[in-house]
Amino acid sequence: MLGKSVAGKTLYDKLWETHLVREDADGTCLIYIDRHLVHEVTSPQAFEGLRIAGRKPWRNSSIVANPDHNTPTKDWDKGIEDPISRLQVETLDNNIKDFGALVYFPFKHANQGIIHVIGPEQGTTLPGMTVVCGDSHTSTHGAFGALAHGIGTSEVEHVLATQTLIAKKSKRMLVDVSGKLGSGVTAKDVALAVIGKIGTAGGNGYAIEFGGEVIRALSMEGRMTICNMAIEAGARAGIIAPDEKTAAYLKGRLHAPKAADWDKAVAYWNTLKTDDDAQFDTVVTLNGADIAPQVTWGTSPEQVLPIDGCVPDPAKEMDATKRTSIENALKYMGLSANTPLEDIKLDKIFIGSCTNSRIEDLRAAAVVAKGKKVANSISLALVVPGSGMVKRQAEEEGLDKIFIEAGFEWREPGCSMCLAMNADRLSPGERCASTSNRNFEGRQGQGGRTHLVSPAMAVAAAIAGHFVDVRTV
Amino acid sequence: MKAFTQLNGLACPIDRANIDTDAIIPKQFLKSIKRSGFGPYLFDEWRYTDHGEPGMDCSTRPLNKDFVLNQARYKGAQIMLARENFGCGSSREHAPWAIEDYGFRVIIAPSYADIFFGNCYKNGMLPIVADEAMVDKLFKECEANVGYRLSVDLPSQTVTLPSGESFGFEINATSKHNLLNGLDEIGLTLLHADEIKVFEEKHKATQPWLFA
Ligand code: SF4
Repeated sequence: MLGKSVAGKTLYDKLWETHLVREDADGTCLIYIDRHLVHEVTSPQAFEGLRIAGRKPWRNSSIVANPDHNTPTKDWDKGIEDPISRLQVETLDNNIKDFGALVYFPFKHANQGIIHVIGPEQGTTLPGMTVVCGDSHTSTHGAFGALAHGIGTSEVEHVLATQTLIAKKSKRMLVDVSGKLGSGVTAKDVALAVIGKIGTAGGNGYAIEFGGEVIRALSMEGRMTICNMAIEAGARAGIIAPDEKTAAYLKGRLHAPKAADWDKAVAYWNTLKTDDDAQFDTVVTLNGADIAPQVTWGTSPEQVLPIDGCVPDPAKEMDATKRTSIENALKYMGLSANTPLEDIKLDKIFIGSCTNSRIEDLRAAAVVAKGKKVANSISLALVVPGSGMVKRQAEEEGLDKIFIEAGFEWREPGCSMCLAMNADRLSPGERCASTSNRNFEGRQGQGGRTHLVSPAMAVAAAIAGHFVDVRTV
Repeated sequence: MKAFTQLNGLACPIDRANIDTDAIIPKQFLKSIKRSGFGPYLFDEWRYTDHGEPGMDCSTRPLNKDFVLNQARYKGAQIMLARENFGCGSSREHAPWAIEDYGFRVIIAPSYADIFFGNCYKNGMLPIVADEAMVDKLFKECEANVGYRLSVDLPSQTVTLPSGESFGFEINATSKHNLLNGLDEIGLTLLHADEIKVFEEKHKATQPWLFA
């Protein structure tokens, strides 16, 4: 019944149909791509493929590019020390020089940052667009009512050369979060609670639309956090219908529509919502009032519990496969069954990544940090803003001082310890409260142990030296 | 992508079963930012006696004299004879990139790993499945005769041996069409370039701000 229903259309259906160039008999489609985000790790072979075939980008004004994974977050005057990292970044410089782009922020540019932070900031992510990037967290941009998802390197080349993507339509899922969130509960907690409920494979084959009172009440930053994590629930795309908050966020941004175009654009954006009589293939409901601050205890984002919970006991798990996966996770994480989450002591704190490094995240973290001190037992507490713009804004508001006085390090923007491709990483056995999106084995450094939390929860943990319920501090 | 119709080329026997992609191109080369230039590192661990790293100048590296690719009689080979389950292991496209960059256009083996098999077509190579007995015969004849050449004809789907004997092979119609015309996935999509342009104009008319 994919898209064949006589009922109204979902937002996903509308985005799909307005970008469909052609459809073959077997359902294979060619989808037009409006925005192509490019970073240094997944693009070099794609550009080289273009060169070998003697091709040019179809529309280089669709490209927004920026190095982020390999760039250091301190001592920028020393450049990039690791030669392999440096070569990837320089290769991106050269490729953009040769082929062109709408926006390019080289290493050390005042606006450089994580590609998923700078796209919206520059007004290059707009409602009604298709957005792709050789990066799974491209789902972030769905917060604007765009159809946004990650692609592989050969697809990067395909989009460069043809401005289209070969794709098949996904099934439609609605995640409806009703009611209101309690104080101290954030978008990150909602995202983790959703993944906890449907599992990391729950969204496989689906595009998820997030709706309900809780989602409507979130800021654009919060909505980006939720859509960012849609991929961790297995969905390639997460979408939220645009509204007046979306327009307010975009108004006046560098590449947002201007003058007469603005009014036309807003009028069009207002049509981008799911019709009342539209059907979803699956509907999942949560009540915001039931969601507590979340902490992951294992090595998959679905291994998550409310802060007042205890590490699960594999002996109580009847399903053999699940029991083994709990045992493996506990072994890697160095945790014993039934330990209260609040008793877990930490070594490092990371506030950053495309999930939680925007200005609102830093404000929420600063509120908790103000006038407090990071516990002596914490060896490193990092705050890594998502972009140069976020960094400047935070400094104007004095947030940097609050963090520094509390004992955090205030760094330059980039992906940093989210995936440890630069020098910021965990050593084997180190335990980290992190605002990023993946707690896979080795993600933040070989042998490192990651617990995913919200920015406020990360700061509360930094001050206490172990997890605490931010609602009680 | 290079088109493929006919080839009369020198054959080279790589006599080992289950050759995986890590043997074809070791993992350290995955850090590379390139998709070309892997030819000198093809079968790196078997071909050289030192440890290879991306960017090394292979002309000065110590060669493993026993490895077939290093024997003068196989210089310039374009047809690889291989054993069963060739190209197993990871899905890295660096493996077909390396084989193609070295100069091979055809592989003849009794069986292949799935992803590798598909990746060959994507990179302008023709992977031929022949039965065990025929592959065995080709190995024997090739090793016994210096300058052993085979004629591969894609339109008629046949391979002809020096003796004049020939055998047929299967290929699906789409892969055959794409190889004959040198079409990769991008090339195929570009066959619809006019449709994309028409769409683009319409899209621009309704949402001009997307093109500002
Ligand atoms: S911050 Fe982390 S998840 Fe986001 S793009 Fe960078 S590495 Fe990927």
